[in-house]
Amino acid sequence: MFQKTLHISTSPHVVRGIGTDDIMRNVVWAMAPTAGYAIWVFGLSALLMLLTATAACVLTEHLLARMSGKESTISDWSAVITGALLALTLPPGFPLWMTFLGGVVAIGLGKFAFGGLGYNVFNPALVGRAFLQAAFPVAITTWHKAFAPERFLSVTASTLTFPFTEPAAVDAFSGATPLAAFKFEHAITPAYDLALGLIPGSTGETCAVLIALGGLYLIARGMMDWRIPVSILAAVGVFSSILHLADAEAYPSPVFMWLSGGLMLGAVFMATDMVASPVTPLGVWVYGTLIGVLVVVIRIWGGLPEGVMYAILLGNAVSPHLDKLVIPRVYGTSRTYKTKAT
Amino acid sequence: MNILHIRHNTFKHGVHPPEHKEDTRGLPIRQFPFAPLLILPMTQHIGVPAVPVVREGQEVSRGQLLAKAGGYLSVPLHAPVSGVVHRIGNVPTISGQMAQGIYLKTFPFSTQEAVEGIPVDVNEAKQEAILQAIQDAGIVGLGGAAFPTHVKLKVPEGKRCDTLIINGVECEPYLTTDHRVMLEQADDIFMGIRYLLKATQAERCIIGIEANKQDAAEHLAACAPSDLPLTVAVLTVKYPQGAEKMLITALLGREVPSGGLPIDVGAIVINVATTAEIGRLLPHGRGIQERVVTITGPGIRKKGNYLIPIGTPLRFVLEYVEADPDLSEVYLGGPMMGVAVSNLDIPITKGASGVLAFTAAQVSRPHRVYPCIHCGACIQACPMSLMPNKLGQLAKFEAWDEMAEQHHLMDCFECGSCSYVCPSHIPLVQYFRLAKIMVRKRKQSKTAV
Repeated sequence: MFQKTLHISTSPHVVRGIGTDDIMRNVVWAMAPTAGYAIWVFGLSALLMLLTATAACVLTEHLLARMSGKESTISDWSAVITGALLALTLPPGFPLWMTFLGGVVAIGLGKFAFGGLGYNVFNPALVGRAFLQAAFPVAITTWHKAFAPERFLSVTASTLTFPFTEPAAVDAFSGATPLAAFKFEHAITPAYDLALGLIPGSTGETCAVLIALGGLYLIARGMMDWRIPVSILAAVGVFSSILHLADAEAYPSPVFMWLSGGLMLGAVFMATDMVASPVTPLGVWVYGTLIGVLVVVIRIWGGLPEGVMYAILLGNAVSPHLDKLVIPRVYGTSRTYKTKAT
Repeated sequence: MNILHIRHNTFKHGVHPPEHKEDTRGLPIRQFPFAPLLILPMTQHIGVPAVPVVREGQEVSRGQLLAKAGGYLSVPLHAPVSGVVHRIGNVPTISGQMAQGIYLKTFPFSTQEAVEGIPVDVNEAKQEAILQAIQDAGIVGLGGAAFPTHVKLKVPEGKRCDTLIINGVECEPYLTTDHRVMLEQADDIFMGIRYLLKATQAERCIIGIEANKQDAAEHLAACAPSDLPLTVAVLTVKYPQGAEKMLITALLGREVPSGGLPIDVGAIVINVATTAEIGRLLPHGRGIQERVVTITGPGIRKKGNYLIPIGTPLRFVLEYVEADPDLSEVYLGGPMMGVAVSNLDIPITKGASGVLAFTAAQVSRPHRVYPCIHCGACIQACPMSLMPNKLGQLAKFEAWDEMAEQHHLMDCFECGSCSYVCPSHIPLVQYFRLAKIMVRKRKQSKTAV
């Protein structure tokens, strides 16, 4: 009896059973309603762009891993998140070749150059987007009409722009985004339109309700730090309320600030990138507050109508330092211990 | 007077592994048969090995002294059965190494009646006499640590123990020994508390029990003698609530200082089964001969809580409970901190609170390790508020000294919560065990120079 060789290992002999790949996969599911709605609003162009960005990221991840002599890492699903997120931040008629390039840069420069999953300092999707914003400032601020009647029959002309050429004369421009409208024309878009995404804007930043639902799902599964969206939205709310109360004419209401632009998408799906955000609960509060304040500062006083991307990138840059500075007090010790600067 | 307190205070952080206690929590303690040959290592406790006082071929009665304590940090060993000393030599132990021990052949037709010694009366005996009696009875922490109880109870000069804490938390999944002891041996526990209060001079006693053993808490509260300064506290179900420091924090709101002992904050914590053992043995002057062990896990057919003679070979135990012949993993203790055994010819020792058995198909272990994704789950699991992620990074670079000096490595008590939650399956606590060994080794070599 009992002839089998016994397997030995050190305790604990049980694990919670939620793996990194499970977390990543669930983030993809949480983004799916937002992506689906984007396709409904913007049609084939949005669908093609989502596919292109995801394909570019997954392909880059696979090839770079293979070229560096490692096992392919695409099965952890993180490249899919980067691809989908990148597409959601771009205008719906953005040329596909530029989208593809953005995906390559996001993974290559934003992630692999730092050492791959777990080592990137910045959210890779935002690195890709920052690159595209610098390289193609016109194309990335060319907005397209929501609910165009022919959106499922044909793609926007700019989508299929021949590689390495700029799209022809602006073909689908349909008015400014709510933030640009406010900044440059001082027009306020109704909150109802903002919440349901009946507005021009980036592919995925339109429907705040669906984004929030995705976030709630991840929080309920314990796969997202709720403190990040909460602290960002709270900081934006408090800061913009103060300004709005001081001068309601010059400064928009907090509701407008919350629902417009990429704030919801950024607060829920981008700033929460585990790798690029701080690890300690207290550090996370600092990080979220910082991002929220920066968003308001850039939107109100900056040269650009939208500041979520830069605010999060700056937050990402600060988070390794927060990990060193804002650390928990160890049980049985009187003070927080400090790590020596290295 | 209502002495039952439902408290909601607990410690910071911690994890919630599935409990798996339902299979055995309702099963009364049953006597296990006597194995034909017992294996009795001289080190069933932390400290100096015991020294045999019998010779090969000698006949011994159940309860007779087999080995005396090897020093102050040591306890004696008593014969768990009547039989004959078969051999004195090396015996296999759980660590995989051999150690000095005694093989004892059981008399097959003996009544197995135990011999008694000099009783220790709780009302008359002095503090020192009780401590001595506890050592003489061979008592160690039965919760798993197997630290000599008399050493733990000794209040150092200049310190005071105001609260005696009885640990009935049993936060390890699967295990139900303490639960059954509390339900079935309440009088022994109360008698034990009397001895312990006298030994520590504590003013009051609190029994800490997790809320998943509400019945035990109510039972103890209902039959507690009115003259005992006793409180029964029901605590949140959370691992590792049963760790000494966590229990003290939950019950008293005090934090044991880093590197210190519970007595530094006026508390002494004793496991509830140990307490029952003291209350049962001391009035008869007997030594410890058996202990309650939960035998469970999907690989076991006759699961239960058994009173097993110390020294019973694991193979005999598993055969009796009709374990699956295709067993591939067996642990002594719980799944969070228990030790996997590599050899079934080792004995049940004083510190063994459970035997868990699984076949290969019943174990699911992740094999792929991902990089750390900074999710912070380990930080929010660590009961000591350490940063396991940071420690893990440093361990990869073998920066042992930095781990100890700047990141409180030595405060880790290896509960395994970090490894349990890590989504990337990084072997964090496993790294820390290694790191602690390396740090201790370096310290030793430094003092040697």
